[in-house]
Amino acid sequence: MGAILKDYSYTPAKIERGYSGKSLYINVSDFRIEEKEVTGFMKEKFTGGKGFDLWYLWNAVTPETRWNSPENEIVMSVGPLGGITQYSGTGKTLIASISPLTDIPIDSNAGGYFGPLLKFSGWDAFELQGKADKDILIFIDGNNGRIQIEEAEEYPEDTHLLAEELTRKYAVNDDDMVNISVVCSGSAAKTGYMGLLNFSFYDPRRKTCRFKQAARGGLGTILRDKKVKALVVKYKGITPNLNNAADISTINKVGVKYHKEMHDLDSKQNKMRQIGTANTVMIMSQYDLLPTRNFQTGGDPETVKISPEVFINEWLTQGLHDGCWYGCTMSCAKCADHFLLTTGPYAGERVTVDGPEYECVAGLGANLGIFDPQAILEENFYCDTYGIDLISFATCTAFIMECYQRGQITQEQMGGLDLKFGNKDAVLELLHQMARGEGFGKLAGLGIRKLKKIFVEEFGANPDLLEDIGMEVKGLEYSEYAHKESLAQQGGFAMATKGPQHDEAWLIFMDMVNKQIPTFEDKANALYYFPMFRTWFGLVGLCKLPWNDIVPADNHKTSEPAKVPEHVQNYVDIFNAVTGQSIDKDELILQSERVYQFQRVFSVRMGKGERKDDYAPYRSLGPVSREEYLSRQELYDKQLRELQGLDPETMNLDEKIAKLRAYREDQYEQLMDAVYRRRGWTMNGIPTPERLKEIGMDLPELLEVVEPKL
Amino acid sequence: MIKVNTEDHPWYSGMTVRNLLDEKVYTFRHIIVRVNGEYVPEEGFDEFAIQDGDDVIVLHLMAGG
Repeated sequence: MGAILKDYSYTPAKIERGYSGKSLYINVSDFRIEEKEVTGFMKEKFTGGKGFDLWYLWNAVTPETRWNSPENEIVMSVGPLGGITQYSGTGKTLIASISPLTDIPIDSNAGGYFGPLLKFSGWDAFELQGKADKDILIFIDGNNGRIQIEEAEEYPEDTHLLAEELTRKYAVNDDDMVNISVVCSGSAAKTGYMGLLNFSFYDPRRKTCRFKQAARGGLGTILRDKKVKALVVKYKGITPNLNNAADISTINKVGVKYHKEMHDLDSKQNKMRQIGTANTVMIMSQYDLLPTRNFQTGGDPETVKISPEVFINEWLTQGLHDGCWYGCTMSCAKCADHFLLTTGPYAGERVTVDGPEYECVAGLGANLGIFDPQAILEENFYCDTYGIDLISFATCTAFIMECYQRGQITQEQMGGLDLKFGNKDAVLELLHQMARGEGFGKLAGLGIRKLKKIFVEEFGANPDLLEDIGMEVKGLEYSEYAHKESLAQQGGFAMATKGPQHDEAWLIFMDMVNKQIPTFEDKANALYYFPMFRTWFGLVGLCKLPWNDIVPADNHKTSEPAKVPEHVQNYVDIFNAVTGQSIDKDELILQSERVYQFQRVFSVRMGKGERKDDYAPYRSLGPVSREEYLSRQELYDKQLRELQGLDPETMNLDEKIAKLRAYREDQYEQLMDAVYRRRGWTMNGIPTPERLKEIGMDLPELLEVVEPKL
Repeated sequence: MIKVNTEDHPWYSGMTVRNLLDEKVYTFRHIIVRVNGEYVPEEGFDEFAIQDGDDVIVLHLMAGG
């Protein structure tokens, strides 16, 4: 055990109607620990969760703050609904910080037990600021009201070892291990910018720690820069109404109805209980949406080798409860047990691999040209234990592979790695290099935006080509959906506040297949409603998946089935039942918009968040290369004829690519105009004072940021 | 000719909803079909005959990650 550097006692606040009313502040530079009041103003304007995170972060930083500035904070909060046990997906922790990849606020979320246990330990939110001078860990004992800061130099770096050791250290016996949750990262977070945060929950059936990831934007990198090796919380005594809800009977009633849906319908709908989010891999390939070889195409005949059936039948343990918080009957956190590693420092060991999620199979599989389930699971394991965001890693590696295969960089410049599409051995070695902080792996860990500059300035690569094929916006790598035939999703990604992550909007089927949103105004309305609605999950501590990965049997009879109106009403009812308020579905959107617009203004304050920052690489909008055009030639020729009045028979391939590009870039500009109008922004993407006033967010500090930009 | 999600699609005599879904490679299991506004339950896909000029809506209830 390391030396105790600080020992602090507190009286855990009692939760009332979803809030403890207290937040915890720890500065690891001087080990200062403070308790703050959660004010009525905070609840009214920011609701909780990501809203609280962003408000505290705003007050901690200046426009000059960068990810590794001591004043940058990691803030986490679970939200007022977090921790209820009667509905599915109620254990999400929301985390925010200034990202090393984007230099603006990043928000990410994870399941696992940490957030609810933190709240039940008396804290609605937790601010972590400063930088320690040596590795430490922070332990919060919620039952005894005690916080300890301890030296942590001797503990291992990698998550699967560290979390297991700390869980055993703080549990008094085997039965106590479920009361511990650990947040940590891994070896690669010390040198790369893609470091993630793992959130643990102990699985008593498998007798091992399981993990969910707050993966996006480099949060693990920030944690390790602060020399914090782990955060540990312990709380024993989970019972059904620790939130002291205003109306527990309504929560019970809504929960029972929902669990019956799950029982009756999941096997006929998305099979989340069997395979989790990876259920969509084959569907994505069949609809030309599975990103393949750096988003060049939308599928591959080999996808069948990494289909859901392969994972279900050959790799994933079935029949065990896999919820990442109590009461979740969706139970989608699947895993491969007793998986034998074949590479790296743990070669020869058998481990439990959490996953694979859809993003893992799509990103580490198809997008790298790897159609081998064993290799995908090994990549999955090492990304997690090394603390690497597998989405950024996959999209960045796909970019590197295409640069290599198009002759923009050489094998020698990659330190001898033969990173051609499909070379799983080279990809795994790249991961191990990242963890060791050496070779080309260390460089790759910086992410696409920085690599583009290095490849151009030091390796002589073609800057225009790299801008076209480097799948990042604002510095964040795209998540794993091929979307160049959906204008709405192009906007959904590139106009997302934090960068191109699909948790704001996923409109591909509505737009490209269902044709439900044909006009710019239709798309703009969708790019208003869905980002606002989805933001709400992050304010209250809920998982998005139970909203629409299972729907009521009569959902088709509703006027707007894509919104799943009955589930929206469930959320309204649960929010009111916990907090004692009486919002409706419109007020729910208003709660979200307050935080959504705040985050946009925050980005403007940090130097991004304008129109110039919302442009997509052309790979997102249309075919960059001849091969891409030829792969969908019939479709593209038809569009030239019908949308542009051109005769493709009289044009050579390069002319067709250029004409289509001019058309699509113009379409994207028109979409931006429509979305900005709908969101109440200027044509430069700045939220207007009038809109801020309408939603009650005309706060002086926000107006001070936007008014000079008008 | 029929309309499928607002776009023209060739029609032939005897075409059923199932035939149409197969032609369009609409493999997603969770879809809603309406023909001229009338809801067609999944158990009727094999028998429901689409007529020339029909307006068919195939809604995929897929809303992503």
